[in-house]
Amino acid sequence: MKIGVVTFPGSLDDADARRAATVAGAEPVALWHGDADLHGVDAVVLPGGFSYGDYLRAGAISRFAPVMETIIKKAGEGLPVLGICNGFQVLCESHLLPGALIKNHHRKFICKDQPLRIENNRTAWTSDYDANHEITIVLKNQDGSYVADEATLDRLEGEGRVVARYLAENPNGSYRDIAGITNERGNVVGLMPHPEHCVETLTGPTTDGLGFFTSVLKAVVSS
Amino acid sequence: MARVVVDVMLKPEILDPQGKAVHGAFGRLGFDGVADVRQGKRFEITLDGEATEERVAEIRKAADTLLANPVIEDYTLHVEGDAQ
Repeated sequence: MKIGVVTFPGSLDDADARRAATVAGAEPVALWHGDADLHGVDAVVLPGGFSYGDYLRAGAISRFAPVMETIIKKAGEGLPVLGICNGFQVLCESHLLPGALIKNHHRKFICKDQPLRIENNRTAWTSDYDANHEITIVLKNQDGSYVADEATLDRLEGEGRVVARYLAENPNGSYRDIAGITNERGNVVGLMPHPEHCVETLTGPTTDGLGFFTSVLKAVVSS
Repeated sequence: MARVVVDVMLKPEILDPQGKAVHGAFGRLGFDGVADVRQGKRFEITLDGEATEERVAEIRKAADTLLANPVIEDYTLHVEGDAQ
């Protein structure tokens, strides 16, 4: 089972994402933004960071990288794709997920341990969590405020596509406290907080993030 | 050589934290009577040759796919004419 992690110019959390794949029992594969070949991976993580310096809009230029053309096509065929933070922004810019992410409403960078509720445990990336499982993982972002029009938000809620919601105080102004969403099929998930930083107690506040990576292992094996 | 200008603004209903920060600085510097500040982006695109209808349509397509995100932004486009 191979999990590919894309490195864009300006990605920061690609090494941690590959490490999380290893801790979960998968073989991590480094993918390069300029290479359209996915090298036989069974799932893809778009990591956090500031690809292209967030120029134009966060994720807007990465979305047109050669590797994204293949990922967009394969995601449509069911390939599990997880976008974390900047990766979530890339997924929205790619129109694999609806809505967009804009600057935090308080204009400051956030770095904190963030409680969340996993509201959809039927996606390729969340099946190892219980329904309404409450977890705490790292949140660190600048453009983390999830926005979409009311009709889109109502549709996401109605179809159970809000994967994770912020608990306690809304940290960034995201509409309806949304921390993560999925596509209709449940194979593509975008998440603003960082599960890949929370797979070992030595370096993370919890190991609550590991479930995203163990979930996709099962999703791939059962498919 | 003609120049096409694309001005991109966040949609009115989308919060603009950068504009809010600039508005705050206005107040601190004593520039009073300002109700609101919204910050946008301006792209000046210089063409090889004339701004024909087809070329401008191409730039409009670029604005739709790259320069603006229609989920959160609106844009206007105009041709400045010969820059020579």
